[in-house]
Amino acid sequence: MLAYYFQLGVMSLRRNPVLTLLMVVVIGVGVAASMTTYAVFRATSADPIPGKSSQLFIAHVDNYGPHGNDEGEPVKWNTWRDAMALQQAHQAPRQSALYPIAVSIESEDPAQLAQLVRGYAVFTDIFAMFDMRFVYGGTWSAQDDEARSRVVVIGRDVNDRVFGGANSVGREIDLDGKRFRVVGVVERFQARPRFFDLDNRSGFGDMGDLYMPFNRAIEDSRQPAGGNVCNRPSEPGFQNFVRSECVFVSFWAELPDAAAVSRYRNFLRDYAAGQQSAGRFGWAPNVRLRNVMQWLAYRHVVPPEARMSVVIALAFLVICLVNTIGILLAKFMRRAPEIGVRRALGASRREIYLQFLMEAATVGLAGGVLGVVLTGVGMLGIGLVFEPAIAKLAHLDLSLLALTVAVALLSTVIAAFYPTWRAAQVQPAWQLKST
Amino acid sequence: MLQIRPIIHALRRHKAGAILIGLQIALTLAVVCNALFIISSRIERISRPTGVAESELMYVLNRWVGDPAEFPARQAADLAALRSLPGVADAYATNAMPVSGDAWQSGVRIKPGTDYLGSVAVMFADDHALNTLGVRLSEGRNFRPDEIGSIDENGSPDAPTVMITRALAERLFPGQPATGKIIYLGNVDAKPSTIIGVIDRLQSPGTSVDESGSWNEVVMVPMHLAWSGAMFVIRARPGELHTLLKSAPAALKEISRRRIIAEPDGVSTFTDLRERAYSSDRGLAWMMGGICLVLLGVTAAGIVGLTSFWVGQRRKQIGVRRALGATRRDILTYFLTENALITIGGIVAGVVLAAILNGWMMVTFETARLAVGYVVVGAAVLLVLGQLAVLAPAMRASRVPPVEATRSI
Repeated sequence: MLAYYFQLGVMSLRRNPVLTLLMVVVIGVGVAASMTTYAVFRATSADPIPGKSSQLFIAHVDNYGPHGNDEGEPVKWNTWRDAMALQQAHQAPRQSALYPIAVSIESEDPAQLAQLVRGYAVFTDIFAMFDMRFVYGGTWSAQDDEARSRVVVIGRDVNDRVFGGANSVGREIDLDGKRFRVVGVVERFQARPRFFDLDNRSGFGDMGDLYMPFNRAIEDSRQPAGGNVCNRPSEPGFQNFVRSECVFVSFWAELPDAAAVSRYRNFLRDYAAGQQSAGRFGWAPNVRLRNVMQWLAYRHVVPPEARMSVVIALAFLVICLVNTIGILLAKFMRRAPEIGVRRALGASRREIYLQFLMEAATVGLAGGVLGVVLTGVGMLGIGLVFEPAIAKLAHLDLSLLALTVAVALLSTVIAAFYPTWRAAQVQPAWQLKST
Repeated sequence: MLQIRPIIHALRRHKAGAILIGLQIALTLAVVCNALFIISSRIERISRPTGVAESELMYVLNRWVGDPAEFPARQAADLAALRSLPGVADAYATNAMPVSGDAWQSGVRIKPGTDYLGSVAVMFADDHALNTLGVRLSEGRNFRPDEIGSIDENGSPDAPTVMITRALAERLFPGQPATGKIIYLGNVDAKPSTIIGVIDRLQSPGTSVDESGSWNEVVMVPMHLAWSGAMFVIRARPGELHTLLKSAPAALKEISRRRIIAEPDGVSTFTDLRERAYSSDRGLAWMMGGICLVLLGVTAAGIVGLTSFWVGQRRKQIGVRRALGATRRDILTYFLTENALITIGGIVAGVVLAAILNGWMMVTFETARLAVGYVVVGAAVLLVLGQLAVLAPAMRASRVPPVEATRSI
């Protein structure tokens, strides 16, 4: 019977090609606009590290108090001394202080300019915490952290460029004129946004991979490449800056369960209380512990353009659907006599519902197909609205394709409910009498 | 003469259609006037004057490799080479220029120990900066060569003398000359800085700053950067800009190759920089504009579709009216008036929806309050659009012959 209704639907739609085309185009355009903007939204709001995001926490200790903090929130980084205190307290199974650095890699060929690579000063736990995969070798040891060893873990890109992709473990690399021993090569860290480096184009920038022991980077006076805030003075020179109240260090901890989280939160509060009683902080403990998704939300990582365009596109889709309701109503009511005949010949209301919903679904399907094509066109246009780094994250994949068709189908069928209900209300006797 | 009462009476007979058109107009109005508002605020941002000689400017983003102790001397050598390059009118080294992206921000006070009066962009400069950028002083004087100090990467920008933009001057010292006044830049221990000059107009590096006006608040601090990197801003002589895009980085490489000039945006004209800085604003404006157009088209098509249906449905009634003496004009007026009534109903609902949507956007995206003008324009556009859309079906209705009254369907 459904196949027959489908045929009836197609026939009815062909009787009125202009109206049908109008509906299909309206649905197609509405769905495509929603899906294109949703693709960008999805790409920017996705969980960058799904297995781990609820276990990775970034900690903040407010060292500026009410007159220097960010309207009550601690500034987005910690001081070196607070980060080191948390690191040494070792209250989480794994933890690491972290700050972005910029590293120049000099080429063996003197005709070539040096290359700048963005990297991170970290502790050895970070590789396990962020689930980094090694191509060659592995991490450095806790002793290397202590001893400030000149060791480095490089990303695959750097390894390809400097060592031609060969296993470089044990070989030396020249970083800003200093020799470092390669202990490992990691795969490119693909997750976007890069939640631990949001100060580089909100974590969507073009980022390198190079990891160096934190204490080594500090000793080598490596400037923070992610920014810093100094609300209190520091004496000249990098080592004075590091030991001042200037903030530039992120602190990440891996906390496996809720109990560990609440223990760690208490520990942070106790630490800040300790600083208060020691006279360093003149205010009650003001600490934060946020997991990855909370941190991304707090930092407003999803570009406002992405959220705004999703809202506008959804409103657009709703208007398209209201339009569809009107056209379907006109179409269905024009066939009142036909419905009257069918009802008189014994078709139940249920049958009428089925027939007209089927017809609507046919329109929805056609709209969905058009929507897929237009979404494809829309994807090409994303680069006009969003930064290239963000635009290239959004892509038309199978799930988006399926979603496009599903949204078109579902929304058309929903739009068809009211016209169909009206059609089913047609009184057979009245219709037969007037014809 | 308009006969509104019978029209309203007739509308009651097909409530659903009238409500659907009204709803569509309401939603369209809400979206269109908010979209127009977003477009105009983005266009306003895009057209902010930078204050600099845009068509003559370029920059080279440079980073030195090697012993940091040598960087200040290498910077001086590089700068001397650039200034003596043929085609260069002037050049200086700095941390940032207008629209180059968020850079050094510093809190500013006019009394020590009080709360900050907001945060302003800091641009480091020497005595060549004004001439290079092509900005004018509206008060005071330029830096003297002996006033140019030096700043470490994490140093404090509290130089004894500074220049500020007029926008900042007017905010800090409303109605008074700012020259000779003292401000405190940076942390709680900041030393006083005397304002020696007020720059007529200079945009800040950040383009993401809000609408509050801080986009034209800049402090120019007389310091050489003792940093690992610098932005060389170069002003070309007329017609020489595109030669310099190649010759300037080449001259730097000639001095030493132990440096990094980032790809692909390390060397760029100011015009290109500005283009990049506003590309997402421009894109959003285009997208909103496109959505508005399509939306208006969809709404018009919906009106045409439903009205055509009504006309078809009411051929017999129209025939009766014609037979009883109504002119073609009466029929036409009937449908136009009917549409105008529905549209006005939709607009009333739409104004409420627009306010709700705007209120929500103000909370979520920190946009400004929707100006009434946009609603008025949107409403006018929809009213005209509705009348135009209904015209064709109404004409068809007016051509229904009186004889239709005698035919059965």
